Amino acid sequence: MTALLSVRDLSKRFRGLAAVSNVGFDVAEGDIFAIIGPNGAGKTTLFNMIAGAMPCDGGTITFAGERIDGLRSDQAAQRGIGRTFQVVKPFPALTVEDNVVIGALLRTTSVNEARGIASEVLTQLDLIARKDQVASSLTLPDRKRLEVARALATRPKLLLLDEVMAGLRPTETDRIVAILRDLNRAGLTILLIEHVMRAVTALASRILVLHHGAKIAEGTPDAVLRDPAVIESYLGAEAL
Amino acid sequence: MTNIWHNAGARGKLLCLLLLAVLVATPLAADRYLLSVLILVFYFAYLGQAWNLLMGFAGQLSLGHALYLGLGAYTATALWTLFGIGPWLGVFIAIPVAAAAGMFVGWLGWRFAIEGVYFALLTIAFAEFTRIGFDHLQVTGASAGLFLSVNSPGSDKWWNLGGGPLLYYYLALILAAGATFLVAYLRQSPLGYRWLAVREDPEAARAVGIDIFRARMIAMLFSASMTAVGGVFYGFYYRNLFPSQVFDIGRSIELILAPIIGGLGTIFGPVVGALILTPLGESLTALMEALGINAPGVKLIFYGLMLMVIISLRPDGVWPWLARRLGLSGARK
Amino acid sequence: MAITLNVIVQGVLTGLVYGLMALGLSVIFGVMRVVNFAHGEFTVIAMYAAFILFEMLGLQPLIVLLPIAAAFFVVGYLLQRSLISPFVGRAEHEQFILLVGLATVIVNGLLLVFGPDARPINLPYSFDSYAIGSLFIDKVRVYAALGAFAVAAALFLFFRYTRTGTAIRACADNLTGAAVVGLDVKQLYAVTFGLGLACVGAAGTLMATIADASPSLAQAYTLLAFTIVIIGGLGSMVGALVGGVLIGVSEALAGFYIQPSMKSMFSFALLIIVLVLRPQGLLGRRL
Repeated sequence: MTALLSVRDLSKRFRGLAAVSNVGFDVAEGDIFAIIGPNGAGKTTLFNMIAGAMPCDGGTITFAGERIDGLRSDQAAQRGIGRTFQVVKPFPALTVEDNVVIGALLRTTSVNEARGIASEVLTQLDLIARKDQVASSLTLPDRKRLEVARALATRPKLLLLDEVMAGLRPTETDRIVAILRDLNRAGLTILLIEHVMRAVTALASRILVLHHGAKIAEGTPDAVLRDPAVIESYLGAEAL
Repeated sequence: MTNIWHNAGARGKLLCLLLLAVLVATPLAADRYLLSVLILVFYFAYLGQAWNLLMGFAGQLSLGHALYLGLGAYTATALWTLFGIGPWLGVFIAIPVAAAAGMFVGWLGWRFAIEGVYFALLTIAFAEFTRIGFDHLQVTGASAGLFLSVNSPGSDKWWNLGGGPLLYYYLALILAAGATFLVAYLRQSPLGYRWLAVREDPEAARAVGIDIFRARMIAMLFSASMTAVGGVFYGFYYRNLFPSQVFDIGRSIELILAPIIGGLGTIFGPVVGALILTPLGESLTALMEALGINAPGVKLIFYGLMLMVIISLRPDGVWPWLARRLGLSGARK
Repeated sequence: MAITLNVIVQGVLTGLVYGLMALGLSVIFGVMRVVNFAHGEFTVIAMYAAFILFEMLGLQPLIVLLPIAAAFFVVGYLLQRSLISPFVGRAEHEQFILLVGLATVIVNGLLLVFGPDARPINLPYSFDSYAIGSLFIDKVRVYAALGAFAVAAALFLFFRYTRTGTAIRACADNLTGAAVVGLDVKQLYAVTFGLGLACVGAAGTLMATIADASPSLAQAYTLLAFTIVIIGGLGSMVGALVGGVLIGVSEALAGFYIQPSMKSMFSFALLIIVLVLRPQGLLGRRL
C-alpha cells in the first residue's frame, strides 16, 4: 500500500540550531498519525514544513505521489492539505459561517454551493447554532472547532491538526475526539500533533516521537508507549 | 447579480430605490450650486469605493492613490489636447496606464513582503516621485499645468465631455451608483470572500488555499483602474491639471476620508461618508465666505479634526451604526 | 572635484540635522510601533518657534535650542498621555489615520497663522563661512550639525546609561516582560514620545538656521524623515543618522548637478530601492 504522505530526511535549522533533523515517516491513507514530543521538540516546525508555511533546508515531502516540498502553503492547500494553527487564527471580524465559506470556496466557484458545504461542516462540528456570530466573540473551544471546520471545508485529503485539544476541558476533548473519529471513518487521513495523551491513545493508529528535532521512536501506540527511550525522554517527565 | 438584490431586505430595497429616484430627479429642482455640491459628493463616493476596495476589503493601506487619479487625469487630458483623442476613448488608455502603475507598486511591495506601514509609505513615495516627474515633464506643461481649451473644435460636444453641470451630474451619479453596485457584487463573489480573508489574516488565508499575492494584485487592479476613471472625470470637469495639485498627497488623503468616516470595508460607507463630509465642508466654506473671512485652510483643518474624532470614537465609521438604527442589514464588515 | 567635495560636505552637515529629526521618528517607532505621521509638521512648528523667538526677543536659535526641545518634550509627553495612548496596539491604519488627521490640522493651522510665505532667520553670521584649503563651509551649517550631533549623542547616552533609558529599551525589546517586572509602560511611552518630539524640536530649531520656515515644508519633512528612517532602518538610532547623512548628500548632489526641484526625486528613488532590496533598512534588524 502506498503512503499518502511520505517524509524523507526532512531538516530545518534556525541560526545553526537544528530544529528538525533528518526526520522521515509515512502516513498511510486512512490513518490517524500522531506526532508527540516535549515542548520545543520541533513538532510545529515539522508541521509548518509539510503545510508549506516554512521552507525546509533538506529532505523531501511527497504527497499523493507528488513532491510538495518547496510549495507555498496556499499551493499545499490546493493539493489537498488542510491545517489548523496551534494559536488559533480565525478571520476575527467575519461570521462563523463566512469563515467556513472561505474555506469551501477553494473547491467551488459558487458561493451558494460554498454555503451549503459550510452548513454541512458546521453541523458536523456542532457550530451551526453559532453561524451568524462573529468569530472573535467565540469561546476558545468553539474557536478551535471553527479552525477544524474551516480546514475541513477545503475538502482536504490530509488534515493537519496542531494541538487542537490543548486548553480544552476533558468533556470538550472527548467531543473533538468523537468528531475526528467520525471524520476518519468517512475516509479522512489525519496527522496530529498533540500533548493530550488521552486523545492520542484514543485516536492514533501510529505514533511518532520527536525529541530535540530527531525521531526517537515510531510505531503502534502500544509499542511506542512501552519504548524505554520514549518513557525516559518524554513520558517519564510529563505523563507518568 | 440577482443575489445582491435578493439579500438586500425589503427596507434596504425601498430606501435604495427611493434615494436613486430622488437623485435622478434632483436636477429638476436644484440650482447650479447644489448640483455642483452633489457632483462632488458623487465624485468622492466613487473614489471612496475605489480606495475602499483595496483598504476596506483587501486590507492594504494605500496613501498614494493620487498617483492613479493623476495618471488617469493626465493620460486622458493629454490625449485630447495633443492628439484630439476624446475622453470616451482616452479612458480606455488611461485605465491600463494607471493599472500598470498600481500593479507595479503592488508587485514591488507584496513580492518583497512589504506590508502595512511600509506599504503605505511605498505608495506615497511613488506618488511623490511621479509628482516631481510631472513637474518636469514638458510635454504635459510641467509645473505650469495642462489646460483644456474650450475653443478647440468639438470641445463643446457631450461626447468630448464638454457639457454643462447636468452632464457631469448624471455622469458622476452613474459612476458612484455603478461603483457601489460593482463593489456590492464583488463583496459577494468568491473574490470578495478571498479579499476579506487576506485582510483578516494573511497566514490563515494561505492555509485555505488563497494565493494572497494574487488576491491583493487583483484588488489593486480594480482599485487603480477605478481611480483612473475618476481621474479622467477630474481632468475634464476641472479642465486644468497641475502636478502639485493632482498628484499631491493631500489628494490621496482627501479621497480616503469618505470611506473612513462612512465605514471601512462596508458597501455604503463611502457613499454615506461622502454624503456627510462634502456638504459639511462646502457649508463651512460658504459660511466663511459669508463672514468675509479668507482662510483657505479652515476646511482642511475641519477635515483633519473629523478624521481624528471619527477614528478615535468610532473607528468602524458611521454607516454600521446608522444601518443598525435604520434597521438595515449589510452593515457588517 | 573641489566643488563636488564642497557640495558633499554641505550635504553631510545638513544631513546630520535631517538625521536628528529622523531619530525622533525612529525612537517613537522603535519603542511603541507607532508611526508619527505628523513628524514634519512638528519640525516646522519648531522652526516657527525659533523664528518668533529670534524676531521678537532677538534670541539666537542656538540659545533657545534646549528650551524649545524641553517644551517639545512636554508637548510630546502630554500628547501621548491624551491623544495617542489609546491607539498603541490598535490597527496600524487607525494610528496612521489619527496622525494624518493631526498633521492636516497642524499644517493648515500654520498656514492660517503664518501664511504661505517663507520666514528666514537672518543671523549675523548667516553668510559667513570657514575656508579650509579649497573648501568653503557655511558657518550656520557647521553650528547646526554640531548641535544636532550633540543632541543625538545626549540621547544615545540617555538610552545607554540612565535607568529610564534602560527601562524604555526593555519596553521596546519585550513589552510583556517589561510590564511583568513592574515597569510603568504608559509612563515610559509618554517619555518616549516626549523624547521623540524633543529631537524634533531641536532639529527644527537648527533647521530654521539653514532653511526658511514655511508650512509647505511640513509634508516634505515628514516624508523626508520616513525616507531616512527606512533607509537607515526603522528603530535603529545609528541608522537614522547614517540615513540622514546619506539623504543629505544625495539631495545636495542632485540639487547642484541636476536641479534643486528634483532633489527629492532621488531620495524617493533611493527609498524605493532600499525598500525592495533591503526592507529592514541598511542598519535595521530583519523585520
